Amino acid sequence: MAQTIRMGIDIGGTFTDVVLEIGARAFSTKVLTTYAAPEDAIVEGIHRVCGQAGIGPGEIGQIIHGTTLATNALIERRGAKTALITTEGFRDVIEMRTESRFEQYDLNLTLPEPLLPRQFRYTLRERMDAQGNVLIPLERSEIEALADRLKLAGFTSVAVGLLHSYQNDAHERMVREVLAERLPEAMISLSSEVSPQMREYERFNTTIANAYIKPLMKSYLGRLEARLRAEGVNCPVFLMHSGGGIISIESAAEFPVRLVESGPAGGAVFAAHIAARYGLNKVLSFDMGGTTAKICLIRNLAPKTARVFEVARSYRFKKGSGMPISIPVIDMVEIGAGGGSLAHVDAMRQIRVGPESAGSEPGPACYGRGGERPAVTDADLTLGRLDPANFAGGSIPLYPEQSAAALDAAIGGVLEMDAEAAAFGLSEVVDENMANAARVHAVENGEDLSEYTMIAFGGAAPLHAGRLCEKLGVARCLVPPGAGVGSAIGFLRAPFSFEANRSVYTRLSDFEPGKVSALLGDLEGEATRFVRTCDATSPIECDYKVYMRYRGQGWEIPVPLTREDAARPSAERFLALFETEYTQLFGRTVEGLDVEIAVWSVNATTPSQPATPVEAVTRGRTVEAPEVRAILDPAIGQRVEAGIIARASLESGAGVNGPAAITENETTVIVPSSRRAVRQPDGCIDLSPKE
Amino acid sequence: MSSVSKAVSHQVMWNRLISIVEEQAQALVRTAFSTSVREAGDLSAGVYDAKGRMLAQAVTGTPGHVNAMADAVAHFIRRIGRQNMFEGDVYLTNDPWEGTGHLHDITVVTPSFLDGQLVGFFACTAHVVDVGGRGFGADAHSVYEEGIYLPIMKFAERGEVDRTLVQIVRGNVRQPDQLIGDIYALAACNETGHRRLIDMMREFKLVDLEEIAGFILDNSLRATLERINALPRASASGSMSIDGYDREIHLKVKVAIEQDRITCDFAGTSGVDAKGINVPLVYTKAYACYALKCAIAPEIPNNAASLAPFEITAPEHSIVNAPHPAPVALRHIIGHMIPDTVYDALDKLLPATVPAEGAGCLCNFQVSLRPAADGGLPKDAPRAEVLTFNSGGSGARPAMDGMSATAFPSGVMTMPVEATEQTGPILIWRKELRPDSGGAGAYRGGLGQYMEVGATEGYEFDFQAMFDRVNHPARGRNGGGNGAPTTIARADGAQMKGKGKQFVPAGTRVLLAFPGGAGYGAASDRDPEAVRRDLARGYISAEAAREIYGMSQDRIDAVMAATERGETI
Repeated sequence: MAQTIRMGIDIGGTFTDVVLEIGARAFSTKVLTTYAAPEDAIVEGIHRVCGQAGIGPGEIGQIIHGTTLATNALIERRGAKTALITTEGFRDVIEMRTESRFEQYDLNLTLPEPLLPRQFRYTLRERMDAQGNVLIPLERSEIEALADRLKLAGFTSVAVGLLHSYQNDAHERMVREVLAERLPEAMISLSSEVSPQMREYERFNTTIANAYIKPLMKSYLGRLEARLRAEGVNCPVFLMHSGGGIISIESAAEFPVRLVESGPAGGAVFAAHIAARYGLNKVLSFDMGGTTAKICLIRNLAPKTARVFEVARSYRFKKGSGMPISIPVIDMVEIGAGGGSLAHVDAMRQIRVGPESAGSEPGPACYGRGGERPAVTDADLTLGRLDPANFAGGSIPLYPEQSAAALDAAIGGVLEMDAEAAAFGLSEVVDENMANAARVHAVENGEDLSEYTMIAFGGAAPLHAGRLCEKLGVARCLVPPGAGVGSAIGFLRAPFSFEANRSVYTRLSDFEPGKVSALLGDLEGEATRFVRTCDATSPIECDYKVYMRYRGQGWEIPVPLTREDAARPSAERFLALFETEYTQLFGRTVEGLDVEIAVWSVNATTPSQPATPVEAVTRGRTVEAPEVRAILDPAIGQRVEAGIIARASLESGAGVNGPAAITENETTVIVPSSRRAVRQPDGCIDLSPKE
Repeated sequence: MSSVSKAVSHQVMWNRLISIVEEQAQALVRTAFSTSVREAGDLSAGVYDAKGRMLAQAVTGTPGHVNAMADAVAHFIRRIGRQNMFEGDVYLTNDPWEGTGHLHDITVVTPSFLDGQLVGFFACTAHVVDVGGRGFGADAHSVYEEGIYLPIMKFAERGEVDRTLVQIVRGNVRQPDQLIGDIYALAACNETGHRRLIDMMREFKLVDLEEIAGFILDNSLRATLERINALPRASASGSMSIDGYDREIHLKVKVAIEQDRITCDFAGTSGVDAKGINVPLVYTKAYACYALKCAIAPEIPNNAASLAPFEITAPEHSIVNAPHPAPVALRHIIGHMIPDTVYDALDKLLPATVPAEGAGCLCNFQVSLRPAADGGLPKDAPRAEVLTFNSGGSGARPAMDGMSATAFPSGVMTMPVEATEQTGPILIWRKELRPDSGGAGAYRGGLGQYMEVGATEGYEFDFQAMFDRVNHPARGRNGGGNGAPTTIARADGAQMKGKGKQFVPAGTRVLLAFPGGAGYGAASDRDPEAVRRDLARGYISAEAAREIYGMSQDRIDAVMAATERGETI
């Protein structure tokens, strides 16, 4: 049987990455993203990789696509003209937010503008109570009158978010019915479908975000399909979603908010697949690019997921300065630390790095394109980690003297240090920032990082991963090949999946097994139906999860259930499972309190792709580096003679003792003095303590 | 270690300590039981050197604990005695005068030992929901009625929890499991910080914190003094009058900028009140200091040195320096008004720096619901206590509008209506912005909000009001207009007061309008585009556009018509 030829396409902020896999052979390319018509870059990329592989576009069997377009449309406010219809008395929920300031000491704080201005938010007289009973019935005539106003105002998309609709969606459905008759040209998004979870601010905002980008994404996906057909690509196209799975193009067009952050999700899936090859159950994925670093915990080969995250942070990536989106998502911390992150010295004479970034224009000072402030890449160059003559395969010349001048001006002059010390400080601060983010994330999840293995990818990660491991007490780090297009490779490893969530408050003292199994059955049906639209034959597995807490607490913790627990639920069993998870996170349980379930969740998924196990080489045979260069090792605090060797020259099992730099086209793997690098059979570089 | 390495490692360690206290605070948020901690963020966390000097404080938390936290550990060292401190000890108190201002705040301090040597301390504070007594409210006549008092003492010695103490505490509060749960959460969060500190000290091969403390405190002090000494040396007075409980309260302050320090003296302020709205000095210091730091040195992190140059004093027996045993449960109401009082003076010294007055104190209320006698509900229908946090508008800034429905100076968050309604038979019928409540001006005050509160069928309730600015709206600055005052009434027409417990019979609602922030500069100087935008969005009415901002009827009609056509302005 012929192998299916599969293609992964990731549209990022700067590059569109295309990866083609034919069995064990892989071809990849990077094309500059074409914002006006993103499909242009895709077509260009398809032709390039097909050319490399010597196949025609018609031979591609499946395309998995992820894109930052949805995220960018939200950040740049380029969505459709959208109206919100909500319950009378709650017009301003998305504007009032949590009523707090995300930065307490800034008297001139600017709050993020809501996605829709107040005049685009309309109300209807209706009300449900917290159990979903109707307190004020909704009159059809009121909806009709409102529909006429919306028509006059020319809205092309409408979000409907009514109070407590996660308990009873009857009124929201009634609104859709009337709008479909009176305003057929508008697309409708119901909060009870987009995000059926308690907490009106998150639910309304998520529904509005969905409505806001729906016309744009629907049109893009339609154009893409047509264009692919025109180019002779006749295979099915699927979309990567933020939860790390794949959905059909139709589901994606209906719920485009689920595409937000699909690129980084692909990166986490990529790392999870590497973890599977090596049989690693505790992995920290570390993805460091030009502007940000993303850190994600991967337990038992599954990236950690969450139900809410924030996009479009407007204030130094600060929590609370963006907008909450409540959909199933791979849980990541993202901080402003990348190769282009800029440094300065603050009033306390402390070096600060990021989140401001030099971007690609003008880029770091060493690019010689007018950048005058030192970036992380300038520090890396000054400390000897990069070869100025051999950056990006020699295609981008680097100017060390420009780096030194920028470091002197911004840091050295202020702190009375030379450029080298300034670079050392800058590098340590950015590594410390990333280490701190990873530590706080681990604490929030009750994890001890010293038991973890790091998987590092993204252009800047291999330069900093070794030091980060030293700081975090992480022993082992794997740097996979193809790290520059990791997300697109990850798309090809993702299963078809859909997670259905619902808020139904249930106290264990009040637990009705019949109701519970019926509810889980409903969710299973919903999730399975979505997956079936993509894949008619594969077996579908379901993961069941409930979010539980002590009554009175504000945070729920996820508690996984087995199929047996879901089929024959009992309060005793749920309590025992909750107590186990609670103890794992917080060290002990609390006696005498009732426990409740806040959210129910079922994730339906096709089996993940089997990973070919890798026979890891631990020691390897030492090879000598052909040249040496003095590189500063921050753990030692001074320059050391480091071996320089090309990654391509390392055969499987070849070992290089730190200090060393393993060079490749897009980046360099820095091996600290404390580490030894061993090239693995699958091309990964393993960085482990020398012993 | 080379001097370069040392300079870099100092940079790294300061960063690390700030991250450690953040981890400490996050651990508390995730394990605490009281809504005030986990939903509203009414907490703080910090790390100290062996001398008890605060080196870093978490940014998660609320300003009300700023100085209180800085001073707290010194009190613990003095009361417990270093010779009595052992590895595995945990200390606590809820002393309003040596802790953070009322019995509802529990402060826990844990000594940190490295290889048998005392190297530092961790402290954290959280606002718990109940400490017994009369319950949270203004009605006590002395602190003795406000709940159980825990002097500075050991909660655990060498890892052994004091069972007697736990029993006494449990026997004196309404929700013993939750309170004990919160105390354990406080202890656990200090433990989280301690473990990270020890990791850091081993990584950098430190035996004590002397050197890094010196680096942090020297740099912080120098940076703070640079800021202060760049200001003009002068002094000015400020004042503000507010509703109080039964009698009006006058707050007076004199702010003086001097070489290397800024002093704030509250001489002339009203005396101690009979009701529980009095403020221990430590809480006054916190909010006065917070106000000054925001205006003068916002990005300098809080620690012993960066706070030291701000000297806050108040005469004893004034309402802002109420001595034991004055009742202090609702000390936040006046505490939250202190920044605006300080800014009244500071505006005279540093023009175009501070905002106009805002809503000030949080618009909190507590509702006690029970089945009405003739409501037709079963006798054992559940009762419920529901506490909510809400905010009015903040004052307009010198070049920006105020923030609508946003807490200032407090750092807390509101709770979702859907979550509140899950906790009991309460119904929030309305929670939305209050048009025309922001004071007019070149820059408009932030809008307050409307709320309507009722109960499900058959329930009646007591409404515990904690509002100010009923008779004293936020005052405009530089010709800006006042914000709208607080109003409170029953839907059936009955009058209600801004403070105190009031009965609401089944079938009626409480109608609330929370205050707006004041305006900055004359309304006639407002950018006409901003007025059109405000009108289109409904932040102001057509009447206000015409009467206050002088917009012509034609223009008003044009804006309204454009809005109907779906045009954004």
